Amino acid sequence: MDAEREVLDVLARNAREDIDDIAAQTGLDADAVADAIDALEADSVVHGYQAVVDWDRVDEGKIRAVVEINVELDRETGYEQVADQIAKFPAVDALHLVSGDYDFAVEVLGETMEDVSRFISEQVAPMPEVTQTVTHYIMETYKDGGIRFEDGDDDDRLSVSP
Amino acid sequence: MRLSDRARDLPESGIRKFFELAEARDDVISLGVGEPDFSAPWAARTAAIDSLERGKTSYTSNRGMAALRERIAVHHERYDQTYDPAGEVLVTTGASEAVDLALRAIVDPGDTVAIQSPAYISYGPGVRFSGGDPLPVTTRVENDFVLTYDDLERAGAGDAEALMICYPNNPTGATASRDDLAEIAEFAREHDLMVLSDEIYAGLTYRGDHASIATLPGMRERTIVFNGFSKAYAMTGLRLGYALGPSEAIDAMNRIHQYTMLSAPTTAQYAALEALQSCDDDVQEMRNQYDRRRRFVISRFRDMGLDCFEATGAFYAFPEAPYDDEQFAEDLLHEKGVALVPGRVFGEEGYGHLRVSYATGMSELKEALNRIDAFLDER
Repeated sequence: MDAEREVLDVLARNAREDIDDIAAQTGLDADAVADAIDALEADSVVHGYQAVVDWDRVDEGKIRAVVEINVELDRETGYEQVADQIAKFPAVDALHLVSGDYDFAVEVLGETMEDVSRFISEQVAPMPEVTQTVTHYIMETYKDGGIRFEDGDDDDRLSVSP
Repeated sequence: MRLSDRARDLPESGIRKFFELAEARDDVISLGVGEPDFSAPWAARTAAIDSLERGKTSYTSNRGMAALRERIAVHHERYDQTYDPAGEVLVTTGASEAVDLALRAIVDPGDTVAIQSPAYISYGPGVRFSGGDPLPVTTRVENDFVLTYDDLERAGAGDAEALMICYPNNPTGATASRDDLAEIAEFAREHDLMVLSDEIYAGLTYRGDHASIATLPGMRERTIVFNGFSKAYAMTGLRLGYALGPSEAIDAMNRIHQYTMLSAPTTAQYAALEALQSCDDDVQEMRNQYDRRRRFVISRFRDMGLDCFEATGAFYAFPEAPYDDEQFAEDLLHEKGVALVPGRVFGEEGYGHLRVSYATGMSELKEALNRIDAFLDER
């Protein structure tokens, strides 16, 4: 595995790992780790670093919805252009072009359900290319970013064993 | 109460004392655990559940389910080991049962079994249960704890009937290359020793693939190999292991197994079958995580100024203790709440070392190492 891939594997698991600890885990020296991170950022492999948040546990937390969007394209307008329009809204947390029954899967974050509904009906649905939207409010999140949302799993192993 | 001399004479394991000390506190981070911190792969667990739902709760064939033995044989082709699933594979209740059966099948009272040392704590008592005498053969840190021809000669292992080895090794984390094993094999052939090779950590090597002594010239017919699902597949509690060897040895072991165990746990056999069929990726991911922790732990110990040899297998580092290993482990547990196991528990030859298990999550590992660092600074 090359250095960038090794560093990426560590960061994808824990983006707060500091450079010295990544160096110790990968066997690279600290400068090589710093270079790898710079390269990953410069090449747009790593776009940012965020916390994995369980918004249900935050007072005045946020509402999330997954919105299916169907679009109709014409000679002048491709997926790229439509995506660019949708992605510009700050309420859009994630945007994917997907295979299957609809075109885009959009993750929307809002303060309230009304916020999200209003955003979809007033901003997204009226776009000329959009033919249909289906909004799924997220009722409960069990796992996100590869992390299971639950209270700490007790280690029930014997504390010392051969 | 009347107890046999055998039971009465058994020394208490040195592990026990540290277990009790650690259990008495609730703020302990343990680097003393000899099993994975992961759970068994989910696919293997669902296969076990599914087998229960289908009512698969009866005994299996003594030797283990045929489908499982076949799959084990296929799995071992990756180590260039070829065994006939019909007569050369025996599924057991943990690799521990397999080791016990092999010792009972080949050791007569008065026989000597040379044992690589430091080593897992059960081999010596196992030899004694068969009426044999264990002969520790010291491996040295200068040789990265690889057993050499000279080590064997110096210990007088040539007079033994059998030799017990374990690579990748618990407690040192040492691995042995094909060339390393060739020396041991030469000694075994010259002195007509049976070799018992505990390869339970074969799936957890970090520098190149595992090599088995049984694949060296003239060794297959004199070697019994032990392996199982506990370590690489994180299935310790399911108690499933196996032995691979020439049919004469496996037949003898099976005769004892028929009387003492009948068959290995059926539910666990279904889990194991699924593990072999579909869990290579899970094992790979666990191995990647162990490897990062391994590098991290060794590098931190070296930064603290402790000598720590490059362990390349299992999930143990084996640094040198700054002073008496047992006293150090006790002081560290008492003052900083970090549990690890003094090397001498694994035989006198482990004296002066510490077994540090990195089968613990990275954040706890960091905290434990910070505490050890602080402990050393305060001295």
